[in-house]
Amino acid sequence: MRGNLVVGAALVGLVVVTALVSLLWTPLDPQAVDASVRLLGPTPEHLLGTDKFGRDVFSQLMVGAQTTLYVGIIAVGLAAAVGVPLGVLAAMGPRWLGELVMRTSDLVLAFPALLLAIMLAAVYGASTLTAMIAIGVATVPAFARVARAGTLQVLSREYTLAARAGGRSRWWIAWRHVLPNISGMVVVQASVSFAMAVLAEAALSFLGFGTAPPTPSWGRMLQESQELLAVDARLALVPGLAIAAVVLGFNLLGDGLRDRFDPRLEARR
Amino acid sequence: MTAAERVAGGGSPAVAIARRFGILVVSVAVASVVVFAFMAVLPGDPAQVALGVNATPELVERTRQEFGLDRPLVAQYLDWVGGVLTGDFGTSYVTKEAIGPQLLDRLGVTLWLVGAGMLVALLIAVPTGIVAAVRHRRPSGVVVSAASQVGVAVPAFLAAIILVQVFAVQLGWLPSGGWTPPAYDAGAWLRGLILPAVSLGLVQGAVLTRYVRSAVLDVQREDFLRTARAKGLRPYPALVRHGLRNAAVPVVTVLGVQLATLLVGAVVIERVFVLPGLGSMLLDSVAARDLLAVQGIVLVLVVGVLLVNFLVDVLYTVLDPRLRRS
Repeated sequence: MRGNLVVGAALVGLVVVTALVSLLWTPLDPQAVDASVRLLGPTPEHLLGTDKFGRDVFSQLMVGAQTTLYVGIIAVGLAAAVGVPLGVLAAMGPRWLGELVMRTSDLVLAFPALLLAIMLAAVYGASTLTAMIAIGVATVPAFARVARAGTLQVLSREYTLAARAGGRSRWWIAWRHVLPNISGMVVVQASVSFAMAVLAEAALSFLGFGTAPPTPSWGRMLQESQELLAVDARLALVPGLAIAAVVLGFNLLGDGLRDRFDPRLEARR
Repeated sequence: MTAAERVAGGGSPAVAIARRFGILVVSVAVASVVVFAFMAVLPGDPAQVALGVNATPELVERTRQEFGLDRPLVAQYLDWVGGVLTGDFGTSYVTKEAIGPQLLDRLGVTLWLVGAGMLVALLIAVPTGIVAAVRHRRPSGVVVSAASQVGVAVPAFLAAIILVQVFAVQLGWLPSGGWTPPAYDAGAWLRGLILPAVSLGLVQGAVLTRYVRSAVLDVQREDFLRTARAKGLRPYPALVRHGLRNAAVPVVTVLGVQLATLLVGAVVIERVFVLPGLGSMLLDSVAARDLLAVQGIVLVLVVGVLLVNFLVDVLYTVLDPRLRRS
């Protein structure tokens, strides 16, 4: 469905633009505490009202988009940078190496991102960095698997056989044929992994193991709002819906790109 | 090589399962080394961590001796693993109490939560997934698909917050948190379990719906189902008699992955609903810098995930007749 791609790209685009704009401008200082305007509802000055410290929720939401994207980009970038070469190596290298990579990735899969992050936090203290590393490491197997499966597919194609028959080296084939042909699958995986990274970061911040105050983060906004639920559910809904929208956006984008790269799938739907 | 191929690759099912069991044992052993190394080697000194930066060197040294932290790491590891195998997870550096009994107690709560969450997920996913597949060209099917897409994006803790707001705060039908042991008061236990289980299961149910839908869609294109329809069976009876068993194979795989996700998701849900499960114990232990307890809890959770994966692979051989024959 084309709709997936359009809606997904629009949602992701909205968040990216918001984050970029917030680098230069927010309506108010997101960290400015003002006890005289605590827990305001939406007003012309405070579009989404204020929180229990009188901070502007809209400005916080804008800056929080930075945190979300920042964690996602680093975590997914790390996972792809490690996972894709490993996956290609596992498919093209000696059998024992492939077996080793896949067994190790099975083992890493037993350590979910949240658990890894909590372990890291127990040892090094909680921070955005530990959250990003944990999410990144936990996502490496996903990329390794996709890259390996894609590489095996490419290696069975006639053009690779022809290249091999023509005396091209393994690395030439990896560079010229494998990487360009699996890039679509990797992009799809990146989009889906990004959605998962956003969810993981939000959960970690919610638990107090992610981004530390005062940097605004959607997960922490949710956590801070929890005690005020009975008073004002808006404070929980605003960051909550923002998280859901980004995750939805990246998932739809991933689905849309998958349909694009693999037209056979689209015909089936 | 997929998990299914791996299982099937070993010849007879019994041999394949034995082989898979061997992999499980090795994985558990390696995981225990990883968890131990993570906690024991990286932080420097667990006694120092537990006592805080203000502890005197003498106190740290005494604590080190008391808990055997001055011995070689290999001896410490063997001691720990040997204890874990007999249910002894050691004595907390912080509370000076045995970790094992508390851990077991907490595990019970988490298993109830995960089991109930899985049940909720299945109750949502199987009917809606089948409907979405059978009616995939009609508006109702599209609506179900879209709703599941949105459901996937909702974090479990947001679902929990909304459910508490509606059913506990506004309507007052269910408690907003807390835990009653089932043996103490079954009614209160069930009432307390509903909101956490639904929070946990709702999102997973949405994820699962998509897999049930695509599995059923795949099966519907199979020749045997077309034949069944051609013989005059209506869509749903045809599916029930011929399709669901086949559709179950991919769904079971996802179910395994989901169980693992649920186990970790429970950590967050337990926090929201103040349930005395393994997740709250983990978070409390981290906050108290009780590394030995963290080590034990993480090991239990990781072994849980590995065990689920093992069971899923074994289920493959039982469910799919094609795999069984090979």
